[in-house]
Amino acid sequence: MTAHNNTPRTPPRFSATFDPATLAEIRRAAATGIYDIRGAGTKRKLPHFDDLLFLGASMSRYPLEGYREKCGTEVTLGTRFAKKPITLKTPVTIAGMSFGALSAQAKEALGRGASTVGTSTTTGDGGMTPEERGQSKTLVYQYLPSRYGMNPVDLRKADAIEIVIGQGAKPGGGGMLLGQKISDRVAAMRTLPKGIDQRSACRHPDWTGPDDLEIKIEELREITDWEKPIYVKVGASRPYYDTALAVKAGADVVVLDGMQGGTAATQDVFIEHVGIPILAAIRPAVQALQDLDMHRKVQLIVSGGIRTGADVAKALALGADAVAIGTAALVALGDNDPQWEDEYQALGTTAGAYDDWHEGRDPAGITTQDPELSKRLDPVKAGRRLANYLSVMTLEAQTIARACGKSHLHNLEPEDLVALTVEAAAMAGVPLAGTSWVPGRTGGY
Amino acid sequence: MNAIAPDVTFDLATTPLRELNEALHKATAESNARRWRVLNPNGRHAVAVGLAMPLTVEIEGNVGYYCAGMNAEASVIIHGNAGQGVAENMMSGFVHVRGDASQSAGATAHGGMLVVDGNASARCGISMKGVDIVVKGSIGHMSAFMGQSGSLVVLGDAGEALGDSLYEAKLFVRGTVKSLGADCIEKEMRDEHKALLAQKLKAAGLEGAVDVSEFKRYGSARQLYNFHVDNASAY
Repeated sequence: MTAHNNTPRTPPRFSATFDPATLAEIRRAAATGIYDIRGAGTKRKLPHFDDLLFLGASMSRYPLEGYREKCGTEVTLGTRFAKKPITLKTPVTIAGMSFGALSAQAKEALGRGASTVGTSTTTGDGGMTPEERGQSKTLVYQYLPSRYGMNPVDLRKADAIEIVIGQGAKPGGGGMLLGQKISDRVAAMRTLPKGIDQRSACRHPDWTGPDDLEIKIEELREITDWEKPIYVKVGASRPYYDTALAVKAGADVVVLDGMQGGTAATQDVFIEHVGIPILAAIRPAVQALQDLDMHRKVQLIVSGGIRTGADVAKALALGADAVAIGTAALVALGDNDPQWEDEYQALGTTAGAYDDWHEGRDPAGITTQDPELSKRLDPVKAGRRLANYLSVMTLEAQTIARACGKSHLHNLEPEDLVALTVEAAAMAGVPLAGTSWVPGRTGGY
Repeated sequence: MNAIAPDVTFDLATTPLRELNEALHKATAESNARRWRVLNPNGRHAVAVGLAMPLTVEIEGNVGYYCAGMNAEASVIIHGNAGQGVAENMMSGFVHVRGDASQSAGATAHGGMLVVDGNASARCGISMKGVDIVVKGSIGHMSAFMGQSGSLVVLGDAGEALGDSLYEAKLFVRGTVKSLGADCIEKEMRDEHKALLAQKLKAAGLEGAVDVSEFKRYGSARQLYNFHVDNASAY
């Protein structure tokens, strides 16, 4: 043994800046010349609802008896202008996801699950399918820049209209449905040839800006005789101003989607670096509504990383009227289920990490148009799983609300919350736990 | 155009727009009121939108945004100029602007015919999905952007970036084209294209008025149909 072997040595050390994932991405980019495109939302660690806690009842607050005393969950959307507002039994709605991105079976399952518990589903880019309309008791029809499949007959069949300005995964971005997911049916619905990449524009073709939006909303109301609630959906980036401008333009409902919100296909760099977390977006949006005396008059739906009844309760306590789930709903249907592990491995990934939703090879039969893969998803059973999950979320939110002494989920308030981190305290506008300090409250938005 | 007396007259100077549109929506196949006349539109937005019956609506004056939006089956004649997005997302029927049209005329329209006697501004036929558009004057920049299907016929000139990111819409221009957009090229004008053009001109009431051989045809080069990194500079 030489003296050299006895000398302590610096062990191999990875750079925090150039970590293994970063190195691998540089090599992948160098080898392919193309950015990474994937589905789902941001995967980075962000300040989130996990960083908030409820205080619960104590000497000064009286809890409600679980299983005995009522805790309401219903929410009515569209009370500002619509002749026919919609009332949902639970404030957990299903976010917009397209037929095209999802299989017809998956869309049907979403409708079945949502209708069972009395909530709404939402179409996506590509129009409304009969399966979806048939299975969704309450269906929100998205009005997107591409206008794929948009027509007045379906518009009148809808229960509400959602004008999409942006989504949390990619505020300021359009979409792309790659050719391999363009079946005959998807192609026909979008008036495009089969097999080509279908780009979805990032701006609407016939209006720009909030003043034009006001006119567009008037047109949609006139076409539908002022019956239907009109939502305006924005990706979370400048929530105070976007909410204020949506209200000014005449929205009945504002939908605010944080950067954790999923997408069918977008550049990874866009998903991870544009937009803000939903935790940071809710309070400015609520402030805008309050400043305009429109809180609870124009309803606020928030989305992006909602997973549990605790997340629901926290979003509502911060001032939202309802939430929307997308990724979590797909997981309830069967997305990324370990039962398909062998097939995920064959695709170079693993259950729980599969995000190549744009490629159309989903082993679970959800983010695909392949007839054989699609058949794996039983819409009735998958719909039942979604209904179960939605019921659990609602029960969990009620459990927390009762513990805080609230007879309705909407009675939850920021004063019921504290934060575990300085960042979350600042973003949510609630005190750091154990203190009365709310960082950033001396300034405005 | 007013030779036949209207069955119903609405004066928007005294009647709310909502009443006009609701009355038009209530028309049924059995309705006797087939010819409608609208007075004093005074630039109002969303006039005669969402029609779903074969009615004829004549509007005496200028309209604002989205006149005849989402039209199906009806004929809407505007005796004046039209603001942004006239006949947007039209499904079928006929919309005739006797004056000029602003931006995004016929945007995303799936079917029917839009005729503009004057000029149309930028983005005419943007994202068109099957409509036939005939403009007797000239059109502005970025017209037929991402045009998917249908035809755009221009008797005058076209502005910059005609047919940018075009899919399968067919473009015919008689005058000059300032520039072509990404993936849009001039194509051979064969007999079947001349026949198609003649058919569209006839439907617009221009049979014999112009010579189809004076037009050039433009369409998609189809080079950007599937993303490839070597084409990145074209986007």
